[in-house]
Amino acid sequence: MVDIFEILQGKPGDSDYNKKPVIVQGITGKFGSLHTKLMKEYGTNIAAGITPGKGGQKFEDIPIYNTVKEAVDLTGSKISILFVPAKFFLSAAIEAIGAGIKLLVAIPEHVPVRDSLIMIELAKKNDVIIIGPNTPGIMIPEIIKIGIMPASPFKSGDIALLSKSGTLMYEVANNLTEAGFGQAITLGIGGDPINGTRLIDAFDMVKDTPNLQGMVVVGEIGGDAEEILAQRIIDSNFKKPIVAYIAGRAAPKEKRMGHAGAIVYGNYGSAESKVSMFNKANIPVAKRPGEIPMLLAGKLG
Amino acid sequence: MRLLEYQAKELFSEYGIKVPKGFTSKAIEQGRKDAKELGFPFVIKAQVPVGGRGKAGAIQKCNSQDEFDLKYPQILAMSVKGEKTRAILLEKMAQIKKELYLSLFLNRGKRCYTVIASSEGGVEIESVKNQVIREVGLGDVDKRTAEEVAKQIGLGGNSVPEFVDMLQRLSKLTIEKEAELAEINPVAVLDDGTLLALDGKVITDDNSNFRHPELEKYQERSEIEVRAEKSGFSLIELDGQIAVVGNGAGLVMSTLDMLSDNGGKAACFLDVGGGATHESVYEALTLISKIKKVKAILINLFGGIVKTTTVASAFIQAYDEKLIDKPVFARLMGAESDKSKEMLKGTKTKLFDSVESAINAAVMEVRKNG
Repeated sequence: MVDIFEILQGKPGDSDYNKKPVIVQGITGKFGSLHTKLMKEYGTNIAAGITPGKGGQKFEDIPIYNTVKEAVDLTGSKISILFVPAKFFLSAAIEAIGAGIKLLVAIPEHVPVRDSLIMIELAKKNDVIIIGPNTPGIMIPEIIKIGIMPASPFKSGDIALLSKSGTLMYEVANNLTEAGFGQAITLGIGGDPINGTRLIDAFDMVKDTPNLQGMVVVGEIGGDAEEILAQRIIDSNFKKPIVAYIAGRAAPKEKRMGHAGAIVYGNYGSAESKVSMFNKANIPVAKRPGEIPMLLAGKLG
Repeated sequence: MRLLEYQAKELFSEYGIKVPKGFTSKAIEQGRKDAKELGFPFVIKAQVPVGGRGKAGAIQKCNSQDEFDLKYPQILAMSVKGEKTRAILLEKMAQIKKELYLSLFLNRGKRCYTVIASSEGGVEIESVKNQVIREVGLGDVDKRTAEEVAKQIGLGGNSVPEFVDMLQRLSKLTIEKEAELAEINPVAVLDDGTLLALDGKVITDDNSNFRHPELEKYQERSEIEVRAEKSGFSLIELDGQIAVVGNGAGLVMSTLDMLSDNGGKAACFLDVGGGATHESVYEALTLISKIKKVKAILINLFGGIVKTTTVASAFIQAYDEKLIDKPVFARLMGAESDKSKEMLKGTKTKLFDSVESAINAAVMEVRKNG
């Protein structure tokens, strides 16, 4: 079992504790450069960037290399955040896995399903954690941010927040923070049909977080990740409070609602199916994001 | 992309999967020529991108010219679950001994393709009994697996090699066209043991469209959807009067749910993507100005990185240029919201601190104007 906190923070006493080096694939692109700046401002140790053909240059004092291999060899980084366009995603991900990256945060939207499947097979063989594609990223508030989320909604605390959606995760984090519930870790799994880290994987990653007080799961229509998670929670005997929210109750069937994965076929992927499984697991489901802190407070007693 | 039955069958034919003889038309003049070529009797099948056609009366037998002249226009004018008939497929009927179910589909939870087969076809997948399910990785089905599935669903004689052949061809299609679902339901077993695809449903991965220019002819989008896609937005037209706009699919879905809980009906779902900028909001208003039924615009933006004032200026520009004259009910989360409120005073845009209050105001506005 991987320890996500050890990957993100290291161990107290490590020379780079809470300063784990992160590399950025696609550092000079419009999106990559903006978020490199913002991550750096947040305190993330951005050790290197990759843009083929721009090796030797610098961006915001961060050295740029042509290949991931060079960057990994020179910085010792095991974490990469990837910003390349969807068309080039698979080759960039293969390069990262081959170079020894152990946590890959895959930001791009519109990655073909087949490319995600191929990448995941390769990641499994090499013990690599993939978050995404189409993820806002992962963060330990006030310690490290590897993603595109704004900083302001998040605050350090002891609630784990897992979400399929990006902006909805910011919204829920904001609600939690305003109600006094800081977050121990927040992770966006992404809105695609195929996720490198599924909701159950994310649950397994965070369920044993020391001092964890509770968990919030933000799901949405499409697929059966929430149903599988609810079953896992029932089977795992996890006793801490969990509150869920499902977006897309009012969405028409067989229409893709913005996210590639947000589509209902018959009962498969429907909000009713997810809500009824959460109910079975004794997990309250909020009607709107604003209701989540209240339900959580109720469960925490 | 969800292909219509006749389009799925075009792909089936291309891959050597046998389908009944048929012709597709969009007007009765062509339909009459097709009917003559095909010869009575045959079936008239509405081409719609949803299931449940049989129950809706959108598939009917036709035995004569008189019957044809009566039924063709009826079915062409029909809607199934709100979807208008796109075309008409006239198809020869087969002598069927038995109906099977067969599909290859992307199993999201297991992250692999799955073969589903059953000896009982012709009903929707959720009602298909005795399902045989096999995981097949990236979709490749070898001969041995296909033979095992054939036997498990009780096939014998020459139907076994026929089934193996059909499944392997369907597997090739799934892989090469990057389908999320390729379904033949029902597969007809004919008197001589041969198999025929009586109906077809193929859904391809939209994100792989750039690798499939050959499928572009099947793409069906309105002018406004094409423009939305060019801007990197996702737009779905709906039946109501309130345009719902936001940044991020989850946030817009959530807004749609709350609107519906409060008795409001959405005219569209418009996701402008994760960011929220002056340009994206201005472009969103431009798109909405082209949807005639819109009576009010509900906007839910979670900024965080961008200042709300730059977004607020987009509303002012849109009114100044007379792009829109409808009232806007907006919740802009982010920096400088007081300054934005000040900027928008005296315009038709009202800012709210919570999305719930913006929704209430939008619903009231539409009710007030009947």
